Amino acid sequence: MHEISVIQSAMEIAVESAKAQGAQQIHRVNMRVGALAGVVPDSLQFAFPIVAKGTIAEGATLEIEFVPAQCHCASCNSDFEPKDFFYACPNCGALTVDLLHGKELELAYLEVS
Amino acid sequence: MGGEMQKSKGRVQRSEARGQRADIGDGADTIGQRAEAEQRRIVINQGVLSKNDQLAQGNRALFRSKHLLTLNIVSSPGSGKTAFIERTLTDVKGRLRGGVVVGDLATDNDAQRIARSGAPAIQITTGDTCHLDAEMVAEATAKLDLDALDVLIIENVGNLVCPSSYDLGEDLRIVLLSVTEGEDKPLKYPTMFKTADVVIVNKMDIAGAAGFDRETALSNIHRMVPRAAVFEVSARTGQGMAAWYSFLEQRAAGRM
Ligand SMILES: Nc1nc2c(ncn2[C@@H]2O[C@H](COP(=O)(O)OP(=O)(O)OP(=O)(O)O)[C@@H](O)[C@H]2O)c(=O)[nH]1
Ligand SMILES: [Mg+2]
Ligand SMILES: [Zn+2]
Repeated sequence: MHEISVIQSAMEIAVESAKAQGAQQIHRVNMRVGALAGVVPDSLQFAFPIVAKGTIAEGATLEIEFVPAQCHCASCNSDFEPKDFFYACPNCGALTVDLLHGKELELAYLEVS
Repeated sequence: MGGEMQKSKGRVQRSEARGQRADIGDGADTIGQRAEAEQRRIVINQGVLSKNDQLAQGNRALFRSKHLLTLNIVSSPGSGKTAFIERTLTDVKGRLRGGVVVGDLATDNDAQRIARSGAPAIQITTGDTCHLDAEMVAEATAKLDLDALDVLIIENVGNLVCPSSYDLGEDLRIVLLSVTEGEDKPLKYPTMFKTADVVIVNKMDIAGAAGFDRETALSNIHRMVPRAAVFEVSARTGQGMAAWYSFLEQRAAGRM
């Protein structure tokens, strides 16, 4: 499952960063996940404890900040939150693929001790 | 919304953790509270797949230095990726030299089929991984003589979800769908279709039998990804493939 590899990649970065800063334990992992990141937050939550087991993040909380999609319309130079996946501009009707937000799949921060 | 609140609370927590005990607002009890009080924050702000993105950029730089046009072909299982690649490489032989990297969960059937067209084909057995990543592609392409190729074709694992997040270093992402999959396929997999440079509608030879609503399908594709070039083909009969070949040859010429 895709979400497992995403969490594995996140955990690699997390454990590496935590150790580099002398942390013994990761308590909280905060991720930003865009509406169009191609991953399901619930599946990330499901995968997290499985991947964290046996690492310094075992028992940690995964916190996900959902980032809604935001588009830019080049035709009328306005920003909008799309209502569906076509991204039609509500102002002028133009179709756009200019995404300002929504693709985020980021590790934001850790709480460690 | 909730995220913002968490964020500012976290900021307070961090500054307090330096000096005195933090005031944890989540209702943690005394023992937990004491442990959490010594917590500090490490800000990372890094793409989770950044390692893959870096490796993909490395691939891209290498492929460009070899003047290769690189295609990443994705679709649901059985839409006809292998058939499309076989047909393409057979028909452009003599004009373009192609090499293929094929991802498959378990078998090397696809690589064998492609090898029969005379093109070098490297199999990547992904096991239980549902997508190719840049590292797998780097390892597989190391086994190909890239100097002897004009086009590198990567057949991804049959899956329209997971491969969308993994850049492989390709120039063009090609999303294939077949007429039996329904006109609303693009609406069901927006994340993948949004990233397409080219959309191939395959199995046009059985469009009639499948009751394929061509107008609706093309309109859905166009509205989902207006910039994509669309080709309606049959990898079996060769119908519609000529237009795809001129597109491919033109793009490949741009790399030489
Ligand atoms: N009628 C018809 N059948 C096709 C066409 N292209 C492929 N097929 C058939 O569809 C089936 C699947 O084709 P493949 O090329 O193996 O599909 P694939 O996308 O590579 O499949 P996976 O690698 O398993 O995901 C095979 O039986 C092909 O013969 C076509 O244009 N028309
Ligand atoms: Mg195949
Ligand atoms: Zn507009």
